[in-house]
Amino acid sequence: MAGDQANRLTSGGLIDRSTALSFRFDGENFLGFKGDTLASALVANGVKLVGRSFKYHRPRGILTAGSEEPNALVELRSGARREPNTKATTAELYEGLEAASQNRWPSLNFDVMSVNQLFAPIFVAGFYYKTFMWPAKFWEAIYEPAIRRAAGLGRAAGVSDPDHYDKAWAHCDVVIVGSGPAGLAAALAAGRSGARVILCEEDFVLGGRLLANGGTIDGLPAAEWVARTVAELEALPDVRIMTRTTLFGVYDGGTYGAIEHVNDHLPVPPEHQVRQRLWRIVARRCVVAAGAIERPIVFAGNDTPGVMMASAMRSYINRYAAAPARRIALFTNNEDGWRTAETAIAAGLQVAAVIDARPDVSPAHRSLASKGGFPVLHGSVSAVDGGKTGVRKISVSLTGGARAEVEADGLAVSGGWNPAVGPTSYHRGRPKWRDDIAAFVPDGVPPGMAAAGAANGAFGLGACLREGFEAGAAAARDAGRSGNIGSMPAADDEIFSITPLWHVAGKGKAFVDQQHDVTASDVELAQREGFQSVEHLKRYTTLGMATDQGKTSNVAGLAIMAAVSGKSIPETGTTIYRPPYVPVAIGAFAGHHRDENFHATRLTPSHHWAAELGAVFVDTGLWKRAQWYPRAGEKDWLESVTREVKAVRSGVGFCDVSTLGKIDVHGPDAGAFLDRVYINAFSSLAVGKGRYGLMLREDGIVYDDGTTSRLAEDHYFLTTTTAKAGLVMQHLEFCRQVLFPELDVQLTSVSDQWAQFSIAGPKTRDLLQEIVDPAEDLSNEGFPFMGAREVKLRGGLKARLFRISFSGEMAFEISVPARHGEAMARNLMIAGEPFGVTPYGTEALGVMRIEKGHVAGPELNGTTTAGDLGLGKMMSTKKDFIGRVMARREALVAPNRQVVVGIKPTDKARRLRSGAHIIPKGETPGPENDQGYVTSVCFSPVLDQWIGLGLVERGRERIGEIVRAHDPLRSEDYDVELCNSVFYDPDGGRQRG
Amino acid sequence: MRITCPFCGERELGEFTYLGDAKPQRPSADAGEDAVYDYVYLRDNIAGVMSEHWYHGGGCRAWLKVTRNTLTHEISAVEAAAGAGAAKVGA
Ligand SMILES: [Zn+2]
Repeated sequence: MAGDQANRLTSGGLIDRSTALSFRFDGENFLGFKGDTLASALVANGVKLVGRSFKYHRPRGILTAGSEEPNALVELRSGARREPNTKATTAELYEGLEAASQNRWPSLNFDVMSVNQLFAPIFVAGFYYKTFMWPAKFWEAIYEPAIRRAAGLGRAAGVSDPDHYDKAWAHCDVVIVGSGPAGLAAALAAGRSGARVILCEEDFVLGGRLLANGGTIDGLPAAEWVARTVAELEALPDVRIMTRTTLFGVYDGGTYGAIEHVNDHLPVPPEHQVRQRLWRIVARRCVVAAGAIERPIVFAGNDTPGVMMASAMRSYINRYAAAPARRIALFTNNEDGWRTAETAIAAGLQVAAVIDARPDVSPAHRSLASKGGFPVLHGSVSAVDGGKTGVRKISVSLTGGARAEVEADGLAVSGGWNPAVGPTSYHRGRPKWRDDIAAFVPDGVPPGMAAAGAANGAFGLGACLREGFEAGAAAARDAGRSGNIGSMPAADDEIFSITPLWHVAGKGKAFVDQQHDVTASDVELAQREGFQSVEHLKRYTTLGMATDQGKTSNVAGLAIMAAVSGKSIPETGTTIYRPPYVPVAIGAFAGHHRDENFHATRLTPSHHWAAELGAVFVDTGLWKRAQWYPRAGEKDWLESVTREVKAVRSGVGFCDVSTLGKIDVHGPDAGAFLDRVYINAFSSLAVGKGRYGLMLREDGIVYDDGTTSRLAEDHYFLTTTTAKAGLVMQHLEFCRQVLFPELDVQLTSVSDQWAQFSIAGPKTRDLLQEIVDPAEDLSNEGFPFMGAREVKLRGGLKARLFRISFSGEMAFEISVPARHGEAMARNLMIAGEPFGVTPYGTEALGVMRIEKGHVAGPELNGTTTAGDLGLGKMMSTKKDFIGRVMARREALVAPNRQVVVGIKPTDKARRLRSGAHIIPKGETPGPENDQGYVTSVCFSPVLDQWIGLGLVERGRERIGEIVRAHDPLRSEDYDVELCNSVFYDPDGGRQRG
Repeated sequence: MRITCPFCGERELGEFTYLGDAKPQRPSADAGEDAVYDYVYLRDNIAGVMSEHWYHGGGCRAWLKVTRNTLTHEISAVEAAAGAGAAKVGA
């Protein structure tokens, strides 16, 4: 029965037999050992069927023992931590692990959708493109949902991931990918030379293929050599070994992406620890010693559970002491595959037969066969008998035409080895074909990178050690390290002799890409249908596009394609390799940048005070700004905002405007500089005065606006809008450094240094006099409209005071060092109490600016000119400035442009909505009659009705005209009157008073 | 990608903002509309070595002229804009 580890070998393996771990697979309880993967524990328990395939729901087993696994994908864990498409071959076993097979219903053993196999013709290559093309409505309503249910992989958890993910940087001289013989030898050489080394290993144990193959290095058994080497590396101060870490991408300038599975081997990460960490490793040199991936041979029934890569069988037997089968047949076309027969015999398992596609077998192997008492069959596997219970019988086509049958419960397959050319090809490098090993090897390797060992096509153990050691030494040397690298580890080289065999013709489905259910006949069909390029083949058949990225299937696919098109494999070529090498969770890329930490949050200096008052905050860019301050009994935002506006217009109120961008402009040429960046003049501005300024882009469109004041002969204080604060700084630095380097001027961003408050309303002066030193003259004569100067506050603090008004009321803006911002807000409340001071938010600010006809973001929208905004007269004709020439272009000064105008519904009770389109009376709504749209709206407490601003064709010439506001999104259509955009105090008497 | 800022040293791409072709020179005030039109709209987009403006906004706020191969992303030279830093041209 399953659950008793019946297939666990009695000795050997790198498992801890003293630590048994219980786990559940599809609801059934099993035991495994520490050191197992989920796959090896399933093997040890005799579980052969682990999933159903993508399209045909065919029963599938475990094919490999590594991250190239196409079949053994499971849903790991449950609830919010459920992870679909997790490879059982890399998932470390832990106590209480829960996993479920995927893509089966109602159960793995009885799957309704396996009838898809009967409808196989509709799932052929390109089925997405041709079968369900027509009618279009059927596709959306019926076909696609049906296919989505029938074909697929695992299910996402569907709820928020409760775990944390981290992102980190690391810097080193040499990063080494892989800890097999080549990687360890490279680390030895580089580490000994004194280089800062990072060794990344995706497995949780170091040693790579030595774990599966054993061998002798420097006279020591491989395991002992690995232990000795790791001990030496760990003793080196600048060598860092990172297990459970996969290098997934190669980026420019020696930057590498790696994913560390910090706590994926535990049921739940320990408190305050992350599940995974995304590393960006910056290295001067990189040695790719990622090994090679054994490739299947495509034959009918090659996806039957129990068919397994020959090297994977060695892994399960040698590393995990788990027997994938009791009676094993081996199908190989190369010398290396024979090692599995050796391993099986050494482990006391039966070898049923070796089917070797080559004409000759070495004498050593012949004697192995006679000692082991099994036949060597020259030929190839043409069919496999077995279903969900696994391999039973294997049909062999013998060279010469005869047939044979082999009874076995497992079939090991070796079609040769493909160097892992992913990392070396991520800069569009095209691997080159080597006939002697019948494989692609790295070429066009990114700068600073070298491949070594099996990753470079050197399959012998001795060669791996040599190449690795030399590559490590060279990398360290290139990074400027010259310490003594000591002696090179040595081992014998095995013979690797291969006769390529890709596909055995026969009846029945022969799978190339098992994860995407792409068969050999799909590849042939695509070629017949004219898909000549491998890139087209890939997309048409979806070969290699699954989560395994075709690690076991790509080369076979293009070899079959080459065969049917009569071209050679190198002529057919490979597709472009792109990262990531393994799937990386989006959560790892996001790291801590999720939920409220998705981006930084900026708080205004008065934030905490505003929060105490119960302010409602709004996100504006990164900022949280007080939008309004509700009071008890107010039924909605409109009531609060209306109260705030009325309080300002009749008394006094204040608002935190610290979010404006603030820039100090210093230097003898400060005025000349501002003349060039603004359309209006600033060099002529008197010290102690401020002026509204407008900036254009070089193409003549308005960029930003704000008030700039002259505090001294060589010192201006410039403000920008909140939205453009950073961009204007960047733009001004460009002007200063690139366009006008001859000007002696410096810019300093002081946005975060000053807390700024707008204080507005007829009682502003009364309030301010309680705040500033009594010696300061705030009268109209002593501090006229647009005055700007430093003042002393009561208590001695210095502040900057500006007499500017956005609200249209008598108003000042006061700046104090940011650390005093909160105290200033509290002070204004205390000092202002006798005057009924009212804090107001951005909503009231907006209402008052619309009532006053001031333009803001909705009007400065990247399409408007100064003229459109009614500010054309500001444009100086006496100086050059950014945008001057382009602003004069015909279309930008055309008389029929859409310009800013006031808009109000003729029905005073009607609510005006922004976004409504302006259509002439009597015309049909549509693009041909569209004359503009409403940009900003508010309820005006002064006018007691909804009002707005809009951009309307020839708007200023049409004051008084009644037009339609057409709003198809809200199904509204009503009459509005075009009017002066300044609704309130058009003469400006109040702000000057 | 990494850029070696003359003021800050080798820094990561995320600290920089790309602007584009650094070849066009802003025409003088009397150059005429055609010259300004060319300056504003005609930009080379070379498959190969290009001189580009980059801004070190996440560092010293210097504008840089970066010589970069747009095919390989290899950066062969980085120099600060004429007016970068505190020293003035000719001062
Ligand atoms: Zn810098």
